[in-house]
Amino acid sequence: MAEQPKNFGFGEDEVMLRDSARKFLADHCSSDKLHRLVADDYHIERPNECVWDQGLWQQIVDLGWTAVCVPEAAGGIGMPTVAAIALAEEVGRAAFPSPLSVTLGATFVLNACDSPEATMALTDIAAGKATTLAMTDETGQWSSEATTVQVNKDGGLDGLAAFVQDARKCAQFIVSARSEAGVDLYLVDADAAGLSLSADRIIDLTRDQARLHFVNVQGVRLTTSGTGANAIDAAMPALLSLLAADMVGAGEWLLQTTVEYAKTRVQFERPLGFFQAVKHPLVNVMLNIDNAKSLTYNAACAFDHDPGEALKLARMAKSEASDMAVFSSSRAVQFHGGIGFTWECYVHLFFKRQMHSQVMLGDAKYQRALLADMVIGKAA
Amino acid sequence: MSESERKDSPEQAAFRAQCQTWLSENHPGRPPVSIPQGALELSDPAAMAWLQQWQKSAFDAGMIGCDYPTEVGGGGMDQCQSIANQEMQRAKTPYLPNIIGMGMAAPTIFFHAQDDVKAELLPKLFSGEHIWCQGFSEPGAGSDLANQQTFAEKDGDNWVINGHKVWTSLAHFADWMILLCRTDKEDKYNGLSYFVVPIKEALGKGVTVRPLIKMTGQTGFNEVLFDDLVIPDRYRLDDVGAGWKVAMTTLAHERGAGPLTTPASGGMATEEESGVSVGSIGSLIDLAKSHQRLGQTAADDPALRDEIMKLMIRREAMQQNTRRSGVPALTDHPMRIPLQSKLVGTEFNQDLAEVAYRIEGAASTLYVNDDNAPAGGQWPLAYMNSFGVTIAAGANEVQRNILGERVLGLPKSK
Repeated sequence: MAEQPKNFGFGEDEVMLRDSARKFLADHCSSDKLHRLVADDYHIERPNECVWDQGLWQQIVDLGWTAVCVPEAAGGIGMPTVAAIALAEEVGRAAFPSPLSVTLGATFVLNACDSPEATMALTDIAAGKATTLAMTDETGQWSSEATTVQVNKDGGLDGLAAFVQDARKCAQFIVSARSEAGVDLYLVDADAAGLSLSADRIIDLTRDQARLHFVNVQGVRLTTSGTGANAIDAAMPALLSLLAADMVGAGEWLLQTTVEYAKTRVQFERPLGFFQAVKHPLVNVMLNIDNAKSLTYNAACAFDHDPGEALKLARMAKSEASDMAVFSSSRAVQFHGGIGFTWECYVHLFFKRQMHSQVMLGDAKYQRALLADMVIGKAA
Repeated sequence: MSESERKDSPEQAAFRAQCQTWLSENHPGRPPVSIPQGALELSDPAAMAWLQQWQKSAFDAGMIGCDYPTEVGGGGMDQCQSIANQEMQRAKTPYLPNIIGMGMAAPTIFFHAQDDVKAELLPKLFSGEHIWCQGFSEPGAGSDLANQQTFAEKDGDNWVINGHKVWTSLAHFADWMILLCRTDKEDKYNGLSYFVVPIKEALGKGVTVRPLIKMTGQTGFNEVLFDDLVIPDRYRLDDVGAGWKVAMTTLAHERGAGPLTTPASGGMATEEESGVSVGSIGSLIDLAKSHQRLGQTAADDPALRDEIMKLMIRREAMQQNTRRSGVPALTDHPMRIPLQSKLVGTEFNQDLAEVAYRIEGAASTLYVNDDNAPAGGQWPLAYMNSFGVTIAAGANEVQRNILGERVLGLPKSK
């Protein structure tokens, strides 16, 4: 195994970035503000609007957050992968509605494309152009070959991409499309002719999601013919780790918020946290968060220092984080009791974000099935 | 060069080289007798004697008690025990038999005994000539450790001890015991005092050691009865009434959270000699691939594959948690990960053994003495034995209280 830094790559700069992100989001995206922003209207039949603070987005672009893992040659900062992971964790801790995490994910796909077109796209990302990946079909398959978008004989794109994350916040899409040579990646502008977007009505109030319909849409090819799936595969450990980090951050919020409630809420003349039926599961939530956090940092570190192991380690992280996401959110609602079941309690924002994150790129059992194929070998 | 070697101090680097040289020439080789999975399960005197000889030679080579001052039999070095431990682990040496002595008694004596007692007891503790046991648990004081009923009564310059200790591992070999007991019946916590007691020389003269048989059918621990045992006052550690404070030193080191690193060797797989491999993910996968259950290879069962992967992920997480706990910027609370280690490690081993016997299917019914038992029946045995450690040293329910209260800041359950 290759040598890895003991600190996972968290040097002074990365820790400073994390701390400043935590402070910025605490100042500008408190749970109180967030609830007023995204949960103002509880009606299930409310208009399907994409609610986010674009002014804040411009501020974080100015702070350089979209540039952290863009190579210096492309106008970025060129920090280790854990820098992006640290940001994703803070985004999760604040349930911050923004295209930051998907744009960080797009960075890793573009880094794997190795073409002048990809370098230009990276430069745009460093300058703040929000970008997301369109790679799956209506059934939600997560293999790099899963696309049902086709490259037609004129080089245009036809078909449907589903479950595109934060699509309405993004200015461009990286689209995987099937050609005669295999899978190619295309960069497509959000306002390209022939592209239409239908927004999903999703449970998570802090994200948006859409289907993209392509009718002879022109894009810029990012990869040499037939190698698009390789680029997605190469970036997959980072994509899995970014989602895991988001769940770790949200899990910490859920734990700390529930612990505070358990210290103050009194029943049977005792604070709830006195009772071991509450205390012990909260400790279990902490244990699961710690596992997920350490595994996520490890996977991100391996992505830079031990790429041959990175996919396995990232699937471990995503598996652990996904199970933790379900457990941390379920315990938070349950231990908040009656109030935890209401719309006015902020817990539901994080509950819903965790439910969304845990299934993206495949849930815990899916990750373990793929891990078993890698470690044990395919079943007969 | 490994990560740990790169950051060695000059003293550590020189010592590491010395350990490597000595170990390359003095590995004790395979034991002539069967050695159980851990020191606490030792019952054969021949096995104990062989392991004591190994500890003595490691001590003579300077690898035991490295960080203690020379006046008490130590090496007088700074943070070199961890170096010796790493090198012994790398050389796959046998484990050290006097684990309660080194892990619990030594730091407690060092921080709380008077100087002449330290000089008297610690050298033979480190060399393994004296085996130590721990007299904490009682029939009425398990998780509620402060509920001690064993009583020491002052009689001139002596103390007279009466009472009943249980679950006392290694007492059947022990020369000495660390003893927590009551000296004041009025005050639960401030009425405790702490002693070191020469139990072997008092056998039949105020001390009785009887084996307790574990649920596995094996001996392993004991009960120890005190009937008017007289010991001198100099064997008291710290003040009368300070026993709870002293016990906290013991428990902190037991949990690996004390200032002194416990000497530890190991890595020599005891199972190699019987051709049986237990205790690792690799061995679990090998078992699943080789074992037929319900008419198919166990490794093809999706439910078992999922369980094995869950364990592999937990195992990796334990290692990565240890790595992260060494980086202060990545831990919110300095004790958050160290205080998890006993809980997480013992539950992992229990669940590993449980999955293993489920892999074995119907054949998991066969015990160690059945010729057809897969893996020599070691997995069901390991599963049963795993409860010893999820209960001992503060049952895991108590560990969860400690984590909830000290790390999360939840109100005390008691």
